[in-house]
Amino acid sequence: MKFYDVADLAVRNLRESIFRNSLTTIGISVGVASLVAMLSLGIGLQQLASRRLQESGLFDTVVVTSRRDLHNFREQREVGPPPAESPVLDEGARSKIAQIPGVVEAYPDIRFITDLRMDGKTHLTMVAAVPFSAKNNNDAFDSLQGSFFSSAEAAEAILQKSFAEELLGITPKPGTDSTSLAELARPLLGKELTMRYAERASSSSSSSSSSSSSAEGQSDRAAYSVISRERVLKIIGLTDLDPDSLRGGARARVFLPLKLAESLHIMQPNLRDTSASDAPSYTSLSVRVENPNQVPAIEGAIKKMGFGAFSLVDASRSMRQFFSVLDAFLAIFGSLALAVASIGIVNTLVMAILERRREIGIMKALGASDADVRGLFFAEAGAMGLVGGAAGVTLGWLIGRAINFGTNIYLKRQNFPMAQIWSVPLWLVLGAIGFSIVVSLVSGLYPASRAARLDPVQALRYE
Amino acid sequence: MAVRTANVSRHYRMGDALVRAVDGISVDIRAGEFVALLGASGSGKSSLLNLVAGLDSPTSGAVTVHGNDLAALSREQLAKYRLHTVGMVFQSFNLIASMSLLENVELPMRFAEVDRLERAALARESLERVGLGGRISHRPMELSGGEQQRASLARALINQPKLLLADEPTGNLDSRTGTEIMELIRSFNQSLGMTVLMVTHEQALAEKYAGRMLHLADGKLVDDLSNSGAREIPVQPAAQGRKTE
Repeated sequence: MKFYDVADLAVRNLRESIFRNSLTTIGISVGVASLVAMLSLGIGLQQLASRRLQESGLFDTVVVTSRRDLHNFREQREVGPPPAESPVLDEGARSKIAQIPGVVEAYPDIRFITDLRMDGKTHLTMVAAVPFSAKNNNDAFDSLQGSFFSSAEAAEAILQKSFAEELLGITPKPGTDSTSLAELARPLLGKELTMRYAERASSSSSSSSSSSSSAEGQSDRAAYSVISRERVLKIIGLTDLDPDSLRGGARARVFLPLKLAESLHIMQPNLRDTSASDAPSYTSLSVRVENPNQVPAIEGAIKKMGFGAFSLVDASRSMRQFFSVLDAFLAIFGSLALAVASIGIVNTLVMAILERRREIGIMKALGASDADVRGLFFAEAGAMGLVGGAAGVTLGWLIGRAINFGTNIYLKRQNFPMAQIWSVPLWLVLGAIGFSIVVSLVSGLYPASRAARLDPVQALRYE
Repeated sequence: MAVRTANVSRHYRMGDALVRAVDGISVDIRAGEFVALLGASGSGKSSLLNLVAGLDSPTSGAVTVHGNDLAALSREQLAKYRLHTVGMVFQSFNLIASMSLLENVELPMRFAEVDRLERAALARESLERVGLGGRISHRPMELSGGEQQRASLARALINQPKLLLADEPTGNLDSRTGTEIMELIRSFNQSLGMTVLMVTHEQALAEKYAGRMLHLADGKLVDDLSNSGAREIPVQPAAQGRKTE
């Protein structure tokens, strides 16, 4: 029989016992729904974790260091030249690294400890420069009060919550609810901070600056001056997370736009000053890549250039492994209901054989082959699987959505940001329907072969 | 030769007893013949018909239809044989209740993978030929017994078989309707040159329509008479009742 005829007869037969077949199909849909709901939560959680980690910049970032700084360390197994012959991590190296395929941007790690003055009071803290791209790529700014930098070179600052508390003279007491970010932001946003910093200037420019307290280098190689400068910064935002958490102990509490920080030529304690040139070289660069999967290859390419490079991609791999195991467990539990539903399919089809015994006999007498009869029962099982699968995906989608909704209400009550903990990707939709059809077909194996083997003479005698 | 059975037997066990439903029957039926199988209930008429239809396999002996030794055919080949060579009409019509007359008549063509449009036209034509052109969308339950049997006949003939096997085609019909059906079968036998092998227990009906009558008793062929009274083969001795051992 042609496929269309098999499908047509199957649908007709299913309609003949619509109540029983509907119950069986509902059983399948409940099984598929449990599978989809479980996996949608597993996938959603995995995506949430991946998104958070990706946004944190930990997993799509390679930190590049000059191996010259490691000349005191043993590092026999490193790729590339010995530390002493390692190239300088300067502007040229930065642009070369930025041109590696898959690299989105390479920016220097600019951070320094300095004085910040507001309302006549001086506060000493760590300041860090943040690339303008962090606006969209760094989840630390998700809960930002105020706004992100208006431009890449704006004289603006974003404060970390603890520094805002320090500026306002608030000391959080242990065990009590801390002041909310919104409350801290109200008196601070729009205010001005004066930042004092040491500018690293070439000797020619420093000589023309009579007001500066220039400090000529003692050796021939240090061909630059250090000039004390001040810059007024407008407070435009407050964040309660640390956008630079990778740095651990050297956490900054005030953030500036990277381009602004670069234009200020701020003298940093970690800036290498061994270059004869007045152009700075860097101790480290942060290299952001398009996709965390590209990190190992790019890390290798940078190492081949003679620089040190490290990333946290291994941790990301472990996380993916954990979620794969979690998804597998969820899928197994979700499939149990589908396994029960498959027994329903067997039962329904065996009943159909008993009821349609004579009809099978007639069909065989009229020339239906065993394959035709088998195909017909397979098609009926497959149709139940298809309809049950589609209904189950819809039901599972609704269950996942409801769980997500409930979870977000809970998170909101706990003062946590809303999160999408549920996801039904297209592959899950198609996979669940496909799996449902396969399970149904497997369930139809026995009834279909039993129907095909029926003796037509016996079947025709059946009343 | 359209049908040849060579010492064909069909025995089966029922508990401890061995039932000899068909017991060593040898008969030749020429193409275009109208043959009636006569005998009492349990004489083996339907069993012999099932063997010729390829629905059942002989315990021993051979059934050859249009050169095909049915015992040598696989299940798949037997299905094709039933589809293309044989048309069957049953006492209880055996139309599928959930299908309309048109769909019932189309059914064998679905198995033959005939194109949808073509088979609908052929089925309509076949139903018109048996006088049911106006009832094509009716379900079997909405028709009289005679109409159902005519639809069954239309279905049996749809694949233009060489051999029409009819198992008590008038058994569930009144005499007037039965006569209508028999007239139709005879017209197909004569106009299409189709071989007809019909099971009946009505001697008068067989004498009126069949050109040859095969009398069976206890699974054996006991008489083979042409309508003119000529005997075609030597008569085997008849035993009383169904033979078991």
